[in-house]
Amino acid sequence: MLWMEKFKKSKFRIFKTFLISKFVFINGIISIVVLGLILAFLIYNSLKFFSSYPFFDFISGTRWSPTVNEKFGFVPLMVGSLEVAFGAILIAVPLGIGVAIYIGELAPRLVRETLKPIIEVLATIPSVVLGFIGLKTVVPFVKNIFSLSIGLTALSGSIILAFMSLPTIISISEDAINAVPNGLRNASLALGANKWETTYKIVVPTASSGILAAVMLGLGRIIGETMAVLMITGNSPRIVFSWLQPVRTITATIAAEMGETVQGGLHYSALFGIGLVLFLVTFLTNFTADRFVNRIRNII
Amino acid sequence: MSNNIKIKVKNYGFYYGKIKVLSDITMDIEQNTITAIIGPSGCGKSTFIRTFNRMNDLIANSKVTGEVSVDGINIYKNNVDVVELRKKVGMVFQRPNPFPKTIYDNIAYGPRLHARYSKQKLEHIVEDSLKKAALWDEVKNKLHTNALELSGGQQQRLCIARVLAVNSEIILMDEPASSLDPISTQKIEDLIDELKENYTIIIVTHNMQQAARISQKTAFLLTEKIDEPARLIEYDDTNKIFTNPGDKRTENYITGRFG
Ligand SMILES: Nc1ncnc2c1ncn2[C@@H]1O[C@H](COP(=O)(O)OP(=O)(O)OP(=O)(O)O)[C@@H](O)[C@H]1O
Ligand SMILES: [Mg+2]
Repeated sequence: MLWMEKFKKSKFRIFKTFLISKFVFINGIISIVVLGLILAFLIYNSLKFFSSYPFFDFISGTRWSPTVNEKFGFVPLMVGSLEVAFGAILIAVPLGIGVAIYIGELAPRLVRETLKPIIEVLATIPSVVLGFIGLKTVVPFVKNIFSLSIGLTALSGSIILAFMSLPTIISISEDAINAVPNGLRNASLALGANKWETTYKIVVPTASSGILAAVMLGLGRIIGETMAVLMITGNSPRIVFSWLQPVRTITATIAAEMGETVQGGLHYSALFGIGLVLFLVTFLTNFTADRFVNRIRNII
Repeated sequence: MSNNIKIKVKNYGFYYGKIKVLSDITMDIEQNTITAIIGPSGCGKSTFIRTFNRMNDLIANSKVTGEVSVDGINIYKNNVDVVELRKKVGMVFQRPNPFPKTIYDNIAYGPRLHARYSKQKLEHIVEDSLKKAALWDEVKNKLHTNALELSGGQQQRLCIARVLAVNSEIILMDEPASSLDPISTQKIEDLIDELKENYTIIIVTHNMQQAARISQKTAFLLTEKIDEPARLIEYDDTNKIFTNPGDKRTENYITGRFG
């Protein structure tokens, strides 16, 4: 009978919906499991290091010389990472927000519609490529401008990292600016504000949590970045408080030294240890950023 | 009742790009009067009302022909300061659009744009504007909470207060109550009626009863044929328009015998 056919069909549809929702659910579970496994793997492999090397010496040690005298002081790497990251933030945040405001609010439509896709493509350039470009352009530039003997410095790393995070910061900030309801702009203009006043008194504050999320996500990229900084920061694991000296970040250390270690050895385990630290920091940054992004989605 | 003329519109026409949507409108708008603009959807009421504070300037390729004078000054002359114009001619939108700031900062936004006031002076302006907008009693204890927490009707009165705070003389309202419940609408109507003592009000409305209830003058716009601009069919005392319209088309429209 015909209506029976229909009934069957709708049953199939229900089954399909069930499958799809299960599929999404399973994907979610898988990613959580994978994340958990990574964490477990990091902990497992760094266990040897944390159990045999005094934690205090690790966290406050000022020397990282794993091969010469088995010193695993975390401070130089942390300072290196912070220096490079901080410099990158200093460059990328104002620049990124500025460009986003220009594209989102002030640029003529044609400029906006050309720039936006270009910027989104820039975000996909692999960091090795950017590192190489940085090596050929930023490094000599820094060397010449500050007349240094070597251009492989924290500053060079900051510049290239800033470039790397800019597309993320710009494109998400611009989304946030775009999401500001036009009614608010009109209300402000109708009260006699000009375009600029409307932009910085109404649009930017309204988009601020989105802009903050953009900055956090950009930050996530900066902190987790390896190849580019490995290539151009000079790779010197000493504590230096100058942007014009070579430094070494956590990620660069892992990448540079992993090949030379004995699997299962203390050095090997120590690299997993700093990897664990990095994992937690990156996870927290992205987690926070994500919560911001969600909050904005809920508002708009 | 022969009032002073506040706004003069002469042979006014409006184009979106090449498309002419309004044509040949000539009318005088009286001071301290509520003028209602009525007409079918899409005939250009919003376009027309946005003429008076030059909000249409924001639309690329739009063009105005003819003359619109406020207090004797043609506002489409090159040397007119749009900021000054918009201080004088405030606007209330169809959807309440308070800024996502505190109630206080919403009201203070306009004054702060145009001058540096002392804290006391600003507080005075805020209180005064909220009182005029019949909102003070409801919000006086929560001036520093976010305006978005207010109800839709309160938000709309806040938007009116925001306009009053910059000392406007003319208030444009584009269907200010169309998104509100009947009680909030009633409050807005009462408020508009009170405001006419000191302000010149132009209001677009879809609601015939509303136009009849609150306005003294009514203008009826109509697009007669598709692809033709809308024209001013009739402009007269509201009483006359609703009891004894001079034009058959007006009569058809207000009695609902219209598409
Ligand atoms: N920005 C714009 N660009 C081009 N055409 C527009 C624009 N805004 C409005 N129009 C057109 O102009 C005409 C008048 O629009 P307007 O919004 O002024 O009508 P309205 O009388 O306010 O309608 P409603 O009663 O539905 O609010 C319509 O045909 C509309 O499609
Ligand atoms: Mg309209």
